Amino acid sequence: MKVLVTVKEVGEPDDDFEIEGTDIAASDLEYDLNEWDDYAVEAAVQLAEAGIADEVVAVTIGPERAEETIRMALAKGADRAVRVWDDAFEGTFADVSSKVDVLEAVVDDEEPELVLSGVQAADTAFGATGVALAERIGFEHAAVVNDLELDADAGVANVHRELEGGIEELTEVDLPAVLTVQTGLNEPRYASLRGIRQAQRKEIAVTELEDLGLSAADVESTLTLTEMYEPESESDAEIIEGDAGEAAGRLAEVLRDKGVGA
Amino acid sequence: MSDVLVVSEHRRGELRDVSLELLTAGRELADALDGDLHVAVVAGDVERFADELNRPGVDRIHAVENGEEFDHTVYAAAVEALAERIDPAAIVTPNSVNGLDYAPAVAERLDVPLVADVLGFEYDADGGLTVTREMYGSKVETTVAVEGDRFCLTVRGGEFVPAEGVGDAEVGSVDIEAPESGARVKGFEEVGGGDVDIADADVLVSVGRGIGEEENLDLVEELADALGATLSSSRPIVDNGWLPKNRQVGQSGKVVTPDVYIAVGISGAVQHVAGMKGSDTIVAINTDPNAPIFDIADYGIVGDLFDVVPELVAEFE
Ligand SMILES: Cc1cc2nc3c(=O)[nH]c(=O)nc-3n(C[C@H](O)[C@H](O)[C@H](O)COP(=O)(O)OP(=O)(O)OC[C@H]3O[C@@H](n4cnc5c(N)ncnc54)[C@H](O)[C@@H]3O)c2cc1C
Repeated sequence: MKVLVTVKEVGEPDDDFEIEGTDIAASDLEYDLNEWDDYAVEAAVQLAEAGIADEVVAVTIGPERAEETIRMALAKGADRAVRVWDDAFEGTFADVSSKVDVLEAVVDDEEPELVLSGVQAADTAFGATGVALAERIGFEHAAVVNDLELDADAGVANVHRELEGGIEELTEVDLPAVLTVQTGLNEPRYASLRGIRQAQRKEIAVTELEDLGLSAADVESTLTLTEMYEPESESDAEIIEGDAGEAAGRLAEVLRDKGVGA
Repeated sequence: MSDVLVVSEHRRGELRDVSLELLTAGRELADALDGDLHVAVVAGDVERFADELNRPGVDRIHAVENGEEFDHTVYAAAVEALAERIDPAAIVTPNSVNGLDYAPAVAERLDVPLVADVLGFEYDADGGLTVTREMYGSKVETTVAVEGDRFCLTVRGGEFVPAEGVGDAEVGSVDIEAPESGARVKGFEEVGGGDVDIADADVLVSVGRGIGEEENLDLVEELADALGATLSSSRPIVDNGWLPKNRQVGQSGKVVTPDVYIAVGISGAVQHVAGMKGSDTIVAINTDPNAPIFDIADYGIVGDLFDVVPELVAEFE
């Protein structure tokens, strides 16, 4: 079966960052593959290694900069990638349905039997794209999967959904399906040197909306980011000053006062 | 026309706390929209749950009897059917693991914008809805304007006070036809048992990704020993297999309320904080002065754990 993995490049803010307009300044962001997607890529590659998946395709909606990140997914074992971008996305806050418009078109082209997404993107933290996509394309789905066994013959995925409070739900999901992958599902590999070299030769199909039969109007967002600010700290924490020795000394005092280490 | 539909959540026979919080959020939104507050309770012992959900401010409760536990096919069908009937401006669900298993599908089916992980909102008839939410691991807060007069919001737990008291809502039962589910729940498993119960500890030294490497865990173990504390951790440490699942604090781990909680190299993500914010005294050691953990800490050291922790160990030797 073919497995499609949705991946996103996300920015992680430096300790010191500036907000420019309604986003963090690009120079204060370290870009990387979204943590949850790393587990999704690993799951797909493991399915290929087990002979269950015959092709793993990574898809991203992202600007040219994201190519380095998607290359990482290729270096880890994805066979090829599709990168969708269009000026229409520039400077907008894409809503779930616009992303699903794009991903639906890619699914139509690729016809995967399994789509793996991360539970959420670390930057925007919506956690909604995978499940919305499943609804749109008529796939079954399961959100927040931390254990996966695929029974291709029976046409089902046996998953654990990680609920709150240390409880897991054991669920049998009909294929085709979209699963949103939780961290801890596996141990994502580091890209090997050989993998990185091979990735240079793998295809990243750069795709615009038009190529997918979509127009800018189709992906117009219903959401606008109107403000971004550092939250007002409600903290009344005592920040202990001084070098490490002094700070540790003061903290030890506080802790002893509370009866710790006595 | 401008009603609000809140979808409650329960698991294994218990209404979850977030359900009562959503009644407060839903009432606020209904007031702003000048509409009624409807509450859906789907599956399980709906009569008992409806009773518990009947709090002041709730106008109508719709009980949908269908199965025992959460099933996203049933929930999506129920919310769709109720939305057809009530025609609500807003559908409000918890931003929980189950909420995220059906709310995006419902929003997609009804073709309304979805805003996830909502902390607060404002509505005015001219400007429409503006939502407050965080981004970049709680490092920044944002406002998001939502186009149109219909929307679906998943609301974060712990942000609204639970509704209290006894209300006089009209309770009705609703029959729905849900298609056969293609995702069948076979059972539940409790994970994270074993040798220690971190929830019993008076003092916890909790280690996060700031520790860098597995070898470095020795350092925090020494600290825990010196303080007579128990060692716990954030999620990535458990994901990496460096500590067993029963040490994980947070939404998907354990909820702990020790006398003293010392967070070492933990950023304070919302899912972590959900598990430890009830601690009496919270201490944070982190290199990043903007780390959200400092917002809930009582004492903080902005510094490198590799400098501070050995000094602290020395203090107690
Ligand atoms: C559905 C769901 C459920 C989740 N459940 C949980 C849960 O139960 N528990 C949980 O913890 N997380 C949970 N998470 C994950 C959560 O979102 C965060 O990813 C996680 O809590 C981050 O862990 P951390 O703080 O250790 O790592 P990071 O966020 O990476 O933070 C590391 C911190 O260490 C600091 N640091 C780095 N080097 C040093 C140094 N030398 N000295 C001092 N400080 C340093 C950094 O400044 C940073 O603040 C969940 C996520 C989802 C989506």
